[in-house]
Amino acid sequence: MRRVVVTGLGLVTPLACGVEESWSRLLAGQSGADRIGQFDPEGLTTTYACEVPRGDGSNGTFNADDWMEPKEQRKVDTFILFGVAAAQQAVEDSGWKPTDIEAQARTGVLIGSGIGGLNSIANTAVMMEEKGPRRVSPFFVPGALINLISGQVSIRYGFRGPNHSVVTACSTGAHAIGDAARLIQWGDADVMVAGGAEAAICKIGIAGFNACKALSTKYADDPTKASRPYDADRDGFVMGEGAGIVVLEEYEHAVARGAKIYGEYLGYGMSGDAYHITAPAEDGDGARRSMEMALKRAGLTPADIDYVNAHGTSTMADTIELGAVERLMGDHASKVTMSSTKSATGHLLGAAGAIEAIFSILAIRDQVAPPTINLDNPAVETKIDLAPNAKVERKIDTVLSNSFGFGGTNASLVFGKVR
Amino acid sequence: MSDVAERVKKIVVEHLGVEEDKVTENASFIDDLGADSLDTVELVMAFEEEFGIEIPDDAAENIQTFGDAVKFITEAA
Repeated sequence: MRRVVVTGLGLVTPLACGVEESWSRLLAGQSGADRIGQFDPEGLTTTYACEVPRGDGSNGTFNADDWMEPKEQRKVDTFILFGVAAAQQAVEDSGWKPTDIEAQARTGVLIGSGIGGLNSIANTAVMMEEKGPRRVSPFFVPGALINLISGQVSIRYGFRGPNHSVVTACSTGAHAIGDAARLIQWGDADVMVAGGAEAAICKIGIAGFNACKALSTKYADDPTKASRPYDADRDGFVMGEGAGIVVLEEYEHAVARGAKIYGEYLGYGMSGDAYHITAPAEDGDGARRSMEMALKRAGLTPADIDYVNAHGTSTMADTIELGAVERLMGDHASKVTMSSTKSATGHLLGAAGAIEAIFSILAIRDQVAPPTINLDNPAVETKIDLAPNAKVERKIDTVLSNSFGFGGTNASLVFGKVR
Repeated sequence: MSDVAERVKKIVVEHLGVEEDKVTENASFIDDLGADSLDTVELVMAFEEEFGIEIPDDAAENIQTFGDAVKFITEAA
């Protein structure tokens, strides 16, 4: 099987726009949560979220004009804007900008989203009811479709290879990276730009997840305390937004052009819970099988894993995943560090698996596990080090990143140092 | 320049992101001002909204330049 390495990273997160800015704030234990600023959240059960900091582009803020011309911004939903911005970062970081048509045909894009242009759909529906169907913009459909990040990125850079997308709720980002790596392994492409993006912090998005009883509601007075995975006082996830994009590349291809290599993609596992539309199976069986498949594909055993980036959303389901990891690790559990970076970023839904894969790769690069913030009073006892409230500097050669989504869809990725 | 022409020009500049002095009488939206077919649909919608008129599809197809738009709207409004 062809080997796949990571040669480019791009991040737009509630902590910051930019990879190093997001990573340093994550390691410092900062929270991206605050009262919602994009619209007036009064009347919603949850009034806070982890929003991407908007600004003039300085100090890690996101300035849309830095990533897309104003006249083009009007034609796309925010999730596409975030995805294109993160993709631009990743492509520039990788230095891979092929100009000959053959190399372009060997470069593909596979970027997904959990929900897509929800805000555009909601706004357009309301506007159509008020003003009639003739007022629906010709850019409504191509501005809301989930695969249009892949389309936009392909058009922008002339990437003529496989053009694909994933929609698997909160597992989207992980599935996109895993599927893209397989396209390279199979020889369908030499380079893939892959990941996920989400921008569902809008009234209907918050109201919808509130109705599912999925969101935190008790922390309006101090939203930075709301996302608290594994803590006894957790009460639901905090919605996040943004994008994470990686450039995956066939190993020899990367070496031949002298690319900077962050780490190696080693394995990918998937499973279905076959249990419930929103709740994970109580026994954690789907999570366990997903992780086992990823390890098998990587040719590794649980004892090889140093760091686990958990799905850990700050809901009651946290302990189900924790139990599944404990059982998988067995005696090795006490030697593993596992953290939920959602404690700082909130839950980016379809982008979560992608930004967490990037954090996992950076954990290998810098030999440090990011913290689980707000873990003051653990809900259960565990032998696993959950990195409560402080980063953990340690040997990290191999990492496992989990993502689980509505519908009972599970994905696990394994990355390692290049051997 | 007439009031209609000023308002049409403002919409064209806004939607297509072009310099004002490029929007001349004979400037074609597609050939000279960088619009694609979807942009022209949106432009016509913006004209309808701004001037409170309805531009039927067959008439819209004939609006290819800034001058065409001003002429049609002046007659319809």
